[in-house]
Amino acid sequence: MTPAVDIDPRALRAEFPIFTPVGDRAPLVYLDSAATSQKPTAVLDAMDRYYVETNANVHRGVYELADEATARFEAGRDSVARLVGATRDGTIFTKNASEAINLVAWSWGVRNLRPGDVVMVTEMEHHSGIVPWQIVAEITGAEVVFAPITGDGQLDLAWIEMTLRDAPVRILNVVHVSNVLGTINPVADIARMAHAHGAMILVDGSQSVPHMPVDFPDLDADFLAFTGHKMLGPTGIGVLVGRPEILDAMGPFLGGGEMISDVRTDGSDWAELPWKFEAGTPPIAEAVGLGAAADYLRHIGLDRIRAHERELVAYAFDALSEIDGLAIYGPRDPDLRGAPISFSLPDLHPHDIAQLVDRQRVCIRAGHHCAKPLMRTLGVTATARASGYLYNDSHDIDALVSALQAARSYFAR
Amino acid sequence: MGGLDDLYQELILDHYRRPRHRGELADPTISVDQNNPLCGDQLHITVRLDGERIAELAHSGDGCSISQASASMMSDVVVGHTTDEALEMIEHFRQVMHREAQADEDRIGDAIALEGVNKYPVRIKCALLSWMALKDGLLTRQADRQEGR
Repeated sequence: MTPAVDIDPRALRAEFPIFTPVGDRAPLVYLDSAATSQKPTAVLDAMDRYYVETNANVHRGVYELADEATARFEAGRDSVARLVGATRDGTIFTKNASEAINLVAWSWGVRNLRPGDVVMVTEMEHHSGIVPWQIVAEITGAEVVFAPITGDGQLDLAWIEMTLRDAPVRILNVVHVSNVLGTINPVADIARMAHAHGAMILVDGSQSVPHMPVDFPDLDADFLAFTGHKMLGPTGIGVLVGRPEILDAMGPFLGGGEMISDVRTDGSDWAELPWKFEAGTPPIAEAVGLGAAADYLRHIGLDRIRAHERELVAYAFDALSEIDGLAIYGPRDPDLRGAPISFSLPDLHPHDIAQLVDRQRVCIRAGHHCAKPLMRTLGVTATARASGYLYNDSHDIDALVSALQAARSYFAR
Repeated sequence: MGGLDDLYQELILDHYRRPRHRGELADPTISVDQNNPLCGDQLHITVRLDGERIAELAHSGDGCSISQASASMMSDVVVGHTTDEALEMIEHFRQVMHREAQADEDRIGDAIALEGVNKYPVRIKCALLSWMALKDGLLTRQADRQEGR
Protein backbone atom coordinates (compact mmCIF):
# COMPACT_ATOMS: atom_id res chain seq x y z
CA MET A 1 0.00 0.00 0.00
CA THR A 2 3.05 2.31 -0.15
CA PRO A 3 2.14 5.19 -2.43
CA ALA A 4 4.24 5.41 -5.56
CA VAL A 5 4.62 9.18 -5.60
CA ASP A 6 4.68 11.53 -2.64
CA ILE A 7 2.34 14.46 -2.45
CA ASP A 8 3.87 17.83 -3.24
CA PRO A 9 1.95 20.26 -1.01
CA ARG A 10 3.63 23.35 -2.47
CA ALA A 11 2.50 22.41 -5.96
CA LEU A 12 -0.99 21.48 -4.76
CA ARG A 13 -1.37 24.88 -3.15
CA ALA A 14 -1.46 26.51 -6.55
CA GLU A 15 -4.83 24.79 -6.97
CA PHE A 16 -6.26 26.43 -3.82
CA PRO A 17 -6.93 30.14 -4.49
CA ILE A 18 -6.88 31.08 -0.80
CA PHE A 19 -3.12 30.47 -0.77
CA THR A 20 -2.52 33.03 -3.54
CA PRO A 21 -0.01 35.55 -2.12
CA VAL A 22 -1.54 38.96 -1.31
CA GLY A 23 0.86 41.90 -1.65
CA ASP A 24 3.49 41.85 1.06
CA ARG A 25 1.32 39.96 3.56
CA ALA A 26 2.95 36.98 5.21
CA PRO A 27 1.94 33.71 3.57
CA LEU A 28 -1.08 31.98 5.05
CA VAL A 29 -0.19 29.09 7.35
CA TYR A 30 -3.48 27.27 7.59
CA LEU A 31 -3.46 24.57 10.27
CA ASP A 32 -7.15 24.34 11.06
CA SER A 33 -8.41 21.85 8.50
CA ALA A 34 -10.06 19.74 11.22
CA ALA A 35 -12.45 22.71 11.60
CA THR A 36 -12.85 23.22 7.86
CA SER A 37 -10.67 22.56 4.85
CA GLN A 38 -9.75 24.99 2.10
CA LYS A 39 -11.31 24.52 -1.36
CA PRO A 40 -9.56 23.77 -4.65
CA THR A 41 -10.47 25.54 -7.88
CA ALA A 42 -11.92 22.26 -9.18
CA VAL A 43 -14.65 22.42 -6.51
CA LEU A 44 -15.31 26.15 -6.82
CA ASP A 45 -15.52 25.90 -10.62
CA ALA A 46 -17.87 22.93 -10.54
CA MET A 47 -20.28 24.87 -8.34
CA ASP A 48 -19.98 28.00 -10.46
CA ARG A 49 -20.56 26.03 -13.64
CA TYR A 50 -23.64 24.44 -12.14
CA TYR A 51 -25.20 27.86 -11.48
CA VAL A 52 -23.99 29.39 -14.73
CA GLU A 53 -24.85 26.51 -17.05
CA THR A 54 -27.56 24.29 -15.60
CA ASN A 55 -29.34 25.93 -12.68
CA ALA A 56 -32.82 24.41 -12.32
CA ASN A 57 -34.58 22.47 -9.61
CA VAL A 58 -33.87 18.75 -9.53
CA HIS A 59 -36.23 15.80 -9.92
CA ARG A 60 -39.06 18.08 -11.06
CA GLY A 61 -38.87 19.81 -14.43
CA VAL A 62 -39.44 17.95 -17.68
CA TYR A 63 -37.33 20.36 -19.69
CA GLU A 64 -33.75 19.62 -20.69
CA LEU A 65 -32.17 22.13 -18.31
CA ALA A 66 -33.81 20.43 -15.34
CA ASP A 67 -32.59 17.05 -16.58
CA GLU A 68 -29.04 18.37 -16.71
CA ALA A 69 -29.31 19.82 -13.20
CA THR A 70 -30.61 16.48 -11.91
CA ALA A 71 -27.85 14.61 -13.74
CA ARG A 72 -25.10 16.76 -12.17
CA PHE A 73 -26.72 16.49 -8.72
CA GLU A 74 -26.94 12.70 -8.91
CA ALA A 75 -23.44 12.48 -10.39
CA GLY A 76 -22.27 14.25 -7.23
CA ARG A 77 -23.94 11.53 -5.18
CA ASP A 78 -22.26 8.82 -7.29
CA SER A 79 -18.82 10.40 -6.78
CA VAL A 80 -19.33 10.52 -3.02
CA ALA A 81 -20.62 6.93 -2.94
CA ARG A 82 -17.62 5.76 -5.00
CA LEU A 83 -15.20 7.46 -2.60
CA VAL A 84 -16.39 5.40 0.38
CA GLY A 85 -17.50 2.26 -1.48
CA ALA A 86 -21.17 2.89 -0.76
CA THR A 87 -24.24 2.21 -2.86
CA ARG A 88 -26.18 5.03 -4.50
CA ASP A 89 -29.38 4.22 -2.60
CA GLY A 90 -27.44 4.11 0.66
CA THR A 91 -25.89 7.57 0.21
CA ILE A 92 -28.07 10.31 1.64
CA PHE A 93 -27.33 14.01 1.47
CA THR A 94 -27.87 15.92 4.71
CA LYS A 95 -26.95 19.42 5.88
CA ASN A 96 -23.81 18.25 7.72
CA ALA A 97 -22.51 15.36 9.84
CA SER A 98 -24.60 16.52 12.82
CA GLU A 99 -27.77 16.23 10.77
CA ALA A 100 -26.69 12.81 9.50
CA ILE A 101 -26.42 11.58 13.10
CA ASN A 102 -29.69 13.28 14.05
CA LEU A 103 -31.33 11.47 11.15
CA VAL A 104 -30.42 8.09 12.65
CA ALA A 105 -31.23 9.21 16.20
CA TRP A 106 -34.71 10.35 15.20
CA SER A 107 -35.65 7.98 12.38
CA TRP A 108 -34.32 4.86 14.04
CA GLY A 109 -33.80 5.87 17.68
CA VAL A 110 -37.15 7.43 18.53
CA ARG A 111 -39.05 4.56 16.90
CA ASN A 112 -36.95 1.71 18.28
CA LEU A 113 -35.38 2.61 21.63
CA ARG A 114 -37.27 1.51 24.73
CA PRO A 115 -36.87 2.35 28.42
CA GLY A 116 -33.79 0.55 29.72
CA ASP A 117 -32.12 0.29 26.30
CA VAL A 118 -28.55 1.57 26.16
CA VAL A 119 -26.92 3.85 23.59
CA MET A 120 -23.13 3.74 23.79
CA VAL A 121 -21.08 6.77 22.79
CA THR A 122 -17.46 7.46 23.67
CA GLU A 123 -15.65 9.95 25.86
CA MET A 124 -13.84 11.25 22.80
CA GLU A 125 -17.04 11.86 20.85
CA HIS A 126 -17.76 15.23 19.25
CA HIS A 127 -20.90 16.85 20.69
CA SER A 128 -22.67 15.90 17.45
CA GLY A 129 -22.31 12.23 18.42
CA ILE A 130 -23.55 12.81 21.98
CA VAL A 131 -26.31 15.39 22.07
CA PRO A 132 -28.70 13.82 19.50
CA TRP A 133 -28.65 10.62 21.55
CA GLN A 134 -29.19 12.49 24.81
CA ILE A 135 -32.26 14.17 23.31
CA VAL A 136 -33.62 10.88 21.99
CA ALA A 137 -32.83 9.10 25.27
CA GLU A 138 -34.90 11.68 27.13
CA ILE A 139 -37.85 10.94 24.85
CA THR A 140 -37.54 7.15 24.85
CA GLY A 141 -36.24 6.43 28.35
CA ALA A 142 -33.07 4.89 26.97
CA GLU A 143 -29.75 5.48 28.70
CA VAL A 144 -26.58 6.97 27.17
CA VAL A 145 -23.29 5.50 28.42
CA PHE A 146 -19.79 6.74 27.63
CA ALA A 147 -17.01 4.33 26.69
CA PRO A 148 -13.92 5.54 28.58
CA ILE A 149 -10.50 6.26 27.13
CA THR A 150 -7.19 4.91 28.36
CA GLY A 151 -4.31 7.04 29.63
CA ASP A 152 -2.78 7.31 26.16
CA GLY A 153 -6.01 8.48 24.56
CA GLN A 154 -7.35 5.26 23.05
CA LEU A 155 -10.73 3.64 23.51
CA ASP A 156 -10.95 1.06 26.27
CA LEU A 157 -11.94 -1.90 24.10
CA ALA A 158 -12.22 -4.26 27.08
CA TRP A 159 -14.80 -1.95 28.66
CA ILE A 160 -16.74 -1.78 25.40
CA GLU A 161 -16.75 -5.58 25.05
CA MET A 162 -17.80 -6.04 28.67
CA THR A 163 -20.62 -3.50 28.42
CA LEU A 164 -21.86 -4.97 25.15
CA ARG A 165 -22.03 -8.35 26.93
CA ASP A 166 -23.67 -7.12 30.13
CA ALA A 167 -25.99 -4.29 29.06
CA PRO A 168 -28.79 -4.05 26.47
CA VAL A 169 -26.77 -1.86 24.10
CA ARG A 170 -28.78 -1.18 20.93
CA ILE A 171 -26.43 1.15 19.07
CA LEU A 172 -22.89 2.54 19.32
CA ASN A 173 -21.87 5.99 18.08
CA VAL A 174 -18.10 5.92 17.61
CA VAL A 175 -15.85 8.57 16.13
CA HIS A 176 -13.41 7.12 13.58
CA VAL A 177 -10.71 9.74 14.20
CA SER A 178 -10.90 11.99 17.26
CA ASN A 179 -10.95 15.68 16.35
CA VAL A 180 -9.02 16.42 19.55
CA LEU A 181 -6.71 13.49 20.27
CA GLY A 182 -6.21 12.46 16.66
CA THR A 183 -6.71 8.84 17.73
CA ILE A 184 -7.66 6.45 14.92
CA ASN A 185 -10.15 4.08 16.49
CA PRO A 186 -10.32 0.42 15.36
CA VAL A 187 -13.92 0.87 14.23
CA ALA A 188 -14.02 -2.35 12.19
CA ASP A 189 -13.09 -4.34 15.32
CA ILE A 190 -15.66 -2.44 17.36
CA ALA A 191 -18.27 -3.06 14.66
CA ARG A 192 -17.61 -6.82 14.86
CA MET A 193 -17.97 -6.70 18.65
CA ALA A 194 -21.20 -4.70 18.36
CA HIS A 195 -22.75 -7.04 15.82
CA ALA A 196 -21.75 -10.10 17.83
CA HIS A 197 -23.89 -8.69 20.62
CA GLY A 198 -26.77 -7.61 18.42
CA ALA A 199 -26.02 -3.88 18.50
CA MET A 200 -25.78 -1.51 15.54
CA ILE A 201 -22.92 0.93 15.00
CA LEU A 202 -22.74 4.43 13.57
CA VAL A 203 -19.25 5.63 12.68
CA ASP A 204 -18.57 9.36 12.66
CA GLY A 205 -16.17 9.74 9.76
CA SER A 206 -15.90 13.53 9.79
CA GLN A 207 -12.14 13.41 10.47
CA SER A 208 -11.38 10.17 8.62
CA VAL A 209 -13.14 10.27 5.24
CA PRO A 210 -11.22 13.45 4.18
CA HIS A 211 -7.86 12.06 5.28
CA MET A 212 -7.55 8.31 4.71
CA PRO A 213 -9.02 5.47 2.68
CA VAL A 214 -12.41 4.63 4.22
CA ASP A 215 -14.36 1.80 2.67
CA PHE A 216 -17.88 1.44 4.05
CA PRO A 217 -18.15 -2.34 3.44
CA ASP A 218 -14.73 -2.88 5.08
CA LEU A 219 -15.80 -0.94 8.17
CA ASP A 220 -18.64 -3.41 8.60
CA ALA A 221 -20.61 -0.50 10.10
CA ASP A 222 -24.34 0.15 9.76
CA PHE A 223 -24.01 3.91 9.29
CA LEU A 224 -21.22 6.31 8.37
CA ALA A 225 -21.66 10.06 8.83
CA PHE A 226 -19.39 12.76 7.46
CA THR A 227 -19.44 16.35 6.30
CA GLY A 228 -18.58 18.06 3.01
CA HIS A 229 -16.66 21.11 4.13
CA LYS A 230 -13.89 19.19 5.89
CA MET A 231 -13.11 17.22 2.69
CA LEU A 232 -12.45 20.13 0.29
CA GLY A 233 -16.18 20.52 -0.40
CA PRO A 234 -18.60 23.32 0.42
CA THR A 235 -20.44 23.97 3.68
CA GLY A 236 -24.14 23.15 3.88
CA ILE A 237 -23.88 19.52 2.82
CA GLY A 238 -23.09 16.34 4.71
CA VAL A 239 -23.59 12.66 4.08
CA LEU A 240 -25.18 9.69 5.80
CA VAL A 241 -24.14 6.38 4.33
CA GLY A 242 -26.14 3.42 5.51
CA ARG A 243 -26.91 -0.17 4.74
CA PRO A 244 -29.85 0.08 2.34
CA GLU A 245 -31.80 -2.72 4.04
CA ILE A 246 -31.63 -0.86 7.37
CA LEU A 247 -32.45 2.53 5.82
CA ASP A 248 -35.33 0.95 3.97
CA ALA A 249 -36.88 -0.30 7.20
CA MET A 250 -36.54 3.11 8.87
CA GLY A 251 -39.29 5.71 8.81
CA PRO A 252 -38.54 9.14 7.35
CA PHE A 253 -36.78 11.93 9.26
CA LEU A 254 -37.92 15.28 7.87
CA GLY A 255 -41.14 15.50 5.89
CA GLY A 256 -41.82 17.69 2.87
CA GLY A 257 -41.29 17.83 -0.84
CA GLU A 258 -39.10 15.33 -2.67
CA MET A 259 -39.37 12.57 -0.03
CA ILE A 260 -42.83 11.26 -0.93
CA SER A 261 -44.27 8.98 -3.58
CA ASP A 262 -47.87 9.95 -2.82
CA VAL A 263 -49.59 12.43 -0.53
CA ARG A 264 -53.29 11.99 0.24
CA THR A 265 -55.56 13.54 2.82
CA ASP A 266 -55.54 10.26 4.74
CA GLY A 267 -51.76 9.80 4.74
CA SER A 268 -48.68 9.65 2.54
CA ASP A 269 -46.24 7.16 1.07
CA TRP A 270 -42.52 7.66 1.04
CA ALA A 271 -40.17 7.93 -1.89
CA GLU A 272 -37.61 5.20 -2.37
CA LEU A 273 -34.03 5.43 -1.12
CA PRO A 274 -32.16 7.68 -0.93
CA TRP A 275 -34.78 10.39 -1.58
CA LYS A 276 -36.99 9.22 1.29
CA PHE A 277 -34.56 11.03 3.58
CA GLU A 278 -34.09 14.18 1.50
CA ALA A 279 -37.05 16.46 2.20
CA GLY A 280 -37.31 19.72 0.27
CA THR A 281 -35.07 21.13 -2.45
CA PRO A 282 -31.64 19.70 -1.65
CA PRO A 283 -28.32 21.62 -1.61
CA ILE A 284 -27.81 21.11 -5.36
CA ALA A 285 -24.73 23.20 -6.08
CA GLU A 286 -23.22 21.84 -2.87
CA ALA A 287 -23.78 18.26 -4.02
CA VAL A 288 -22.08 19.10 -7.31
CA GLY A 289 -19.18 20.70 -5.38
CA LEU A 290 -18.91 17.76 -3.00
CA GLY A 291 -18.86 15.37 -5.93
CA ALA A 292 -15.98 17.37 -7.43
CA ALA A 293 -14.19 17.24 -4.07
CA ALA A 294 -14.62 13.46 -3.87
CA ASP A 295 -13.24 13.09 -7.42
CA TYR A 296 -10.32 15.36 -6.53
CA LEU A 297 -9.50 13.31 -3.45
CA ARG A 298 -9.71 10.07 -5.42
CA HIS A 299 -7.47 11.53 -8.10
CA ILE A 300 -4.80 12.49 -5.52
CA GLY A 301 -5.33 9.19 -3.68
CA LEU A 302 -6.45 8.85 -0.08
CA ASP A 303 -3.59 6.43 0.62
CA ARG A 304 -1.11 9.09 -0.47
CA ILE A 305 -2.86 11.75 1.62
CA ARG A 306 -2.76 9.44 4.63
CA ALA A 307 0.95 8.70 4.10
CA HIS A 308 1.70 12.40 3.75
CA GLU A 309 -0.18 13.32 6.92
CA ARG A 310 1.49 10.53 8.86
CA GLU A 311 4.87 12.04 7.93
CA LEU A 312 3.61 15.52 8.80
CA VAL A 313 2.40 14.39 12.23
CA ALA A 314 5.70 12.63 12.94
CA TYR A 315 7.58 15.80 11.93
CA ALA A 316 5.28 17.97 14.06
CA PHE A 317 5.78 15.76 17.12
CA ASP A 318 9.55 16.18 16.87
CA ALA A 319 9.38 19.90 16.18
CA LEU A 320 6.82 20.67 18.89
CA SER A 321 8.62 18.67 21.55
CA GLU A 322 11.50 21.12 21.26
CA ILE A 323 9.27 23.71 22.92
CA ASP A 324 9.81 23.67 26.65
CA GLY A 325 6.85 22.36 28.61
CA LEU A 326 4.60 21.81 25.58
CA ALA A 327 2.26 18.86 26.18
CA ILE A 328 0.60 16.91 23.37
CA TYR A 329 -2.60 14.96 24.01
CA GLY A 330 -3.39 11.56 22.53
CA PRO A 331 -1.32 8.65 21.24
CA ARG A 332 2.34 9.28 20.40
CA ASP A 333 2.60 6.65 17.67
CA PRO A 334 1.91 8.32 14.28
CA ASP A 335 0.47 5.00 13.04
CA LEU A 336 -2.31 5.36 15.61
CA ARG A 337 -3.28 8.91 14.83
CA GLY A 338 -4.69 11.16 12.16
CA ALA A 339 -3.96 14.80 11.47
CA PRO A 340 -5.27 16.75 14.51
CA ILE A 341 -2.68 17.57 17.19
CA SER A 342 -3.95 19.10 20.42
CA PHE A 343 -1.47 20.64 22.78
CA SER A 344 -1.06 23.03 25.66
CA LEU A 345 1.65 25.30 27.01
CA PRO A 346 2.09 25.99 30.70
CA ASP A 347 0.97 29.49 31.73
CA LEU A 348 -0.41 30.32 28.31
CA HIS A 349 -4.14 29.85 27.72
CA PRO A 350 -5.07 28.27 24.35
CA HIS A 351 -7.07 31.36 23.39
CA ASP A 352 -4.03 33.54 23.92
CA ILE A 353 -1.84 31.09 22.01
CA ALA A 354 -4.17 31.13 18.99
CA GLN A 355 -4.44 34.91 19.08
CA LEU A 356 -0.70 35.43 19.29
CA VAL A 357 0.37 32.97 16.57
CA ASP A 358 -2.10 34.72 14.27
CA ARG A 359 0.43 37.59 14.20
CA GLN A 360 2.46 35.34 11.86
CA ARG A 361 -0.78 34.39 10.01
CA VAL A 362 -0.66 30.95 11.60
CA CYS A 363 -4.26 29.71 11.94
CA ILE A 364 -4.86 27.20 14.71
CA ARG A 365 -7.92 26.42 16.79
CA ALA A 366 -8.32 27.00 20.52
CA GLY A 367 -11.17 25.88 22.71
CA HIS A 368 -13.04 22.74 23.72
CA HIS A 369 -13.43 21.58 20.09
CA CYS A 370 -17.04 20.58 20.76
CA ALA A 371 -15.78 17.76 22.96
CA LYS A 372 -16.48 18.94 26.51
CA PRO A 373 -16.76 15.46 28.08
CA LEU A 374 -13.28 14.72 26.71
CA MET A 375 -11.96 18.04 28.04
CA ARG A 376 -13.19 17.02 31.51
CA THR A 377 -11.49 13.63 31.21
CA LEU A 378 -8.26 15.36 30.21
CA GLY A 379 -8.68 17.78 33.12
CA VAL A 380 -8.55 20.91 30.97
CA THR A 381 -11.10 23.48 29.83
CA ALA A 382 -9.50 24.01 26.45
CA THR A 383 -6.57 23.03 24.25
CA ALA A 384 -4.83 24.51 21.25
CA ARG A 385 -5.06 22.38 18.11
CA ALA A 386 -3.07 22.34 14.89
CA SER A 387 -4.42 20.15 12.11
CA GLY A 388 -2.82 19.69 8.72
CA TYR A 389 -4.01 18.41 5.38
CA LEU A 390 -2.69 17.62 1.94
CA TYR A 391 -1.64 21.23 1.32
CA ASN A 392 0.52 21.54 4.47
CA ASP A 393 4.19 20.69 4.71
CA SER A 394 7.06 20.86 7.19
CA HIS A 395 7.51 24.60 6.56
CA ASP A 396 4.05 25.16 8.04
CA ILE A 397 5.06 23.23 11.14
CA ASP A 398 8.28 25.26 11.37
CA ALA A 399 6.20 28.46 11.12
CA LEU A 400 3.94 27.20 13.92
CA VAL A 401 6.90 26.38 16.17
CA SER A 402 8.50 29.75 15.58
CA ALA A 403 5.17 31.54 16.20
CA LEU A 404 4.72 29.60 19.44
CA GLN A 405 8.20 30.61 20.61
CA ALA A 406 7.38 34.23 19.76
CA ALA A 407 4.06 33.99 21.64
CA ARG A 408 5.88 32.74 24.65
CA SER A 409 8.42 35.53 24.72
CA TYR A 410 5.65 38.07 24.10
CA PHE A 411 3.88 36.98 27.27
CA ALA A 412 7.12 36.78 29.23
CA ARG A 413 8.02 40.39 28.39
CA MET B 1 1.72 44.08 15.86
CA GLY B 2 0.39 47.44 17.06
CA GLY B 3 -3.05 45.85 17.15
CA LEU B 4 -1.99 43.08 19.45
CA ASP B 5 -0.17 45.40 21.80
CA ASP B 6 -3.49 47.21 22.11
CA LEU B 7 -5.14 43.97 23.10
CA TYR B 8 -2.44 42.76 25.45
CA GLN B 9 -1.59 45.95 27.33
CA GLU B 10 0.97 45.75 30.11
CA LEU B 11 -1.75 46.43 32.69
CA ILE B 12 -3.73 43.44 31.43
CA LEU B 13 -0.76 41.13 31.59
CA ASP B 14 -0.05 42.43 35.09
CA HIS B 15 -3.56 41.59 36.31
CA TYR B 16 -3.28 38.22 34.57
CA ARG B 17 0.00 37.34 36.24
CA ARG B 18 -0.94 38.75 39.66
CA PRO B 19 -4.75 38.54 39.86
CA ARG B 20 -6.35 40.60 42.64
CA HIS B 21 -9.11 39.14 44.82
CA ARG B 22 -8.51 35.63 43.54
CA GLY B 23 -10.03 32.82 45.56
CA GLU B 24 -13.32 31.91 47.14
CA LEU B 25 -15.10 33.44 50.14
CA ALA B 26 -16.00 31.03 52.93
CA ASP B 27 -19.41 32.48 53.79
CA PRO B 28 -20.64 34.42 50.76
CA THR B 29 -23.92 36.33 50.41
CA ILE B 30 -23.83 35.68 46.66
CA SER B 31 -22.28 32.77 44.81
CA VAL B 32 -22.48 32.56 41.03
CA ASP B 33 -21.00 30.49 38.18
CA GLN B 34 -20.62 31.50 34.58
CA ASN B 35 -19.32 29.56 31.56
CA ASN B 36 -18.05 30.81 28.26
CA PRO B 37 -19.62 28.29 25.87
CA LEU B 38 -17.20 29.36 23.18
CA CYS B 39 -13.99 28.23 24.86
CA GLY B 40 -15.17 26.32 27.91
CA ASP B 41 -13.80 28.87 30.36
CA GLN B 42 -15.38 28.70 33.79
CA LEU B 43 -15.66 31.37 36.41
CA HIS B 44 -16.86 31.25 40.01
CA ILE B 45 -17.59 34.48 41.88
CA THR B 46 -18.42 34.86 45.56
CA VAL B 47 -19.52 38.14 47.17
CA ARG B 48 -19.98 39.17 50.79
CA LEU B 49 -22.36 42.07 51.21
CA ASP B 50 -22.44 44.42 54.17
CA GLY B 51 -25.95 45.81 53.87
CA GLU B 52 -26.08 46.89 50.23
CA ARG B 53 -22.32 47.43 50.04
CA ILE B 54 -19.92 44.93 48.45
CA ALA B 55 -17.57 44.24 51.36
CA GLU B 56 -15.60 41.44 49.71
CA LEU B 57 -15.50 39.69 46.34
CA ALA B 58 -13.44 36.76 45.14
CA HIS B 59 -13.14 35.07 41.75
CA SER B 60 -11.78 31.68 40.75
CA GLY B 61 -11.80 29.41 37.72
CA ASP B 62 -9.97 28.90 34.45
CA GLY B 63 -9.68 31.33 31.63
CA CYS B 64 -7.54 33.16 29.15
CA SER B 65 -5.52 36.26 29.99
CA ILE B 66 -8.38 38.55 28.98
CA SER B 67 -11.06 36.87 31.09
CA GLN B 68 -8.76 36.46 34.10
CA ALA B 69 -7.43 40.03 33.96
CA SER B 70 -10.95 41.35 33.52
CA ALA B 71 -12.18 39.49 36.60
CA SER B 72 -9.28 40.89 38.59
CA MET B 73 -9.90 44.46 37.39
CA MET B 74 -13.62 44.21 38.06
CA SER B 75 -13.03 42.94 41.57
CA ASP B 76 -10.70 45.85 42.27
CA VAL B 77 -13.18 48.43 41.14
CA VAL B 78 -16.49 47.20 42.60
CA VAL B 79 -15.38 46.37 46.15
CA GLY B 80 -16.57 49.11 48.52
CA HIS B 81 -19.42 50.17 46.25
CA THR B 82 -23.14 49.52 46.64
CA THR B 83 -24.81 46.90 44.49
CA ASP B 84 -26.58 49.62 42.48
CA GLU B 85 -23.28 51.40 41.83
CA ALA B 86 -21.72 48.08 40.79
CA LEU B 87 -24.59 47.45 38.36
CA GLU B 88 -23.95 50.88 36.84
CA MET B 89 -20.25 50.08 36.43
CA ILE B 90 -21.13 46.77 34.81
CA GLU B 91 -23.48 48.51 32.38
CA HIS B 92 -20.78 51.04 31.50
CA PHE B 93 -18.24 48.28 30.87
CA ARG B 94 -20.77 46.41 28.70
CA GLN B 95 -21.31 49.58 26.65
CA VAL B 96 -17.55 50.01 26.24
CA MET B 97 -17.22 46.45 24.97
CA HIS B 98 -20.00 47.03 22.45
CA ARG B 99 -18.55 50.38 21.40
CA GLU B 100 -21.54 52.27 22.73
CA ALA B 101 -19.47 54.36 25.14
CA GLN B 102 -15.91 55.64 25.68
CA ALA B 103 -14.22 54.01 28.64
CA ASP B 104 -14.34 56.20 31.78
CA GLU B 105 -11.58 55.40 34.26
CA ASP B 106 -13.55 56.91 37.14
CA ARG B 107 -16.22 54.31 36.60
CA ILE B 108 -14.31 51.14 35.74
CA GLY B 109 -10.75 51.75 36.98
CA ASP B 110 -8.01 49.60 35.43
CA ALA B 111 -10.60 47.95 33.21
CA ILE B 112 -10.25 50.88 30.81
CA ALA B 113 -7.17 48.98 29.60
CA LEU B 114 -9.58 46.40 28.18
CA GLU B 115 -11.14 48.91 25.77
CA GLY B 116 -8.95 47.57 22.92
CA VAL B 117 -10.66 44.17 23.25
CA ASN B 118 -13.72 45.63 21.53
CA LYS B 119 -11.86 45.31 18.22
CA TYR B 120 -11.72 41.52 18.66
CA PRO B 121 -15.34 40.31 18.50
CA VAL B 122 -14.56 36.81 19.72
CA ARG B 123 -12.68 38.06 22.77
CA ILE B 124 -15.41 40.45 23.97
CA LYS B 125 -17.14 37.48 25.58
CA CYS B 126 -13.93 36.70 27.48
CA ALA B 127 -13.75 40.24 28.83
CA LEU B 128 -17.44 40.35 29.74
CA LEU B 129 -17.59 36.95 31.44
CA SER B 130 -16.93 38.07 35.02
CA TRP B 131 -19.01 41.25 34.72
CA MET B 132 -22.02 39.32 33.46
CA ALA B 133 -21.56 36.76 36.23
CA LEU B 134 -21.61 39.48 38.86
CA LYS B 135 -24.60 41.15 37.22
CA ASP B 136 -26.45 37.83 37.32
CA GLY B 137 -25.63 37.36 40.98
CA LEU B 138 -26.62 40.90 41.98
CA LEU B 139 -29.89 40.89 40.04
CA THR B 140 -30.87 37.46 41.32
CA ARG B 141 -30.33 38.66 44.88
CA GLN B 142 -32.32 41.84 44.32
CA ALA B 143 -35.19 39.81 42.87
CA ASP B 144 -35.07 37.38 45.79
CA ARG B 145 -35.21 40.23 48.28
CA GLN B 146 -38.19 41.80 46.54
CA GLU B 147 -39.97 38.49 46.87
CA GLY B 148 -39.01 38.50 50.52
CA ARG B 149 -36.82 35.42 50.34
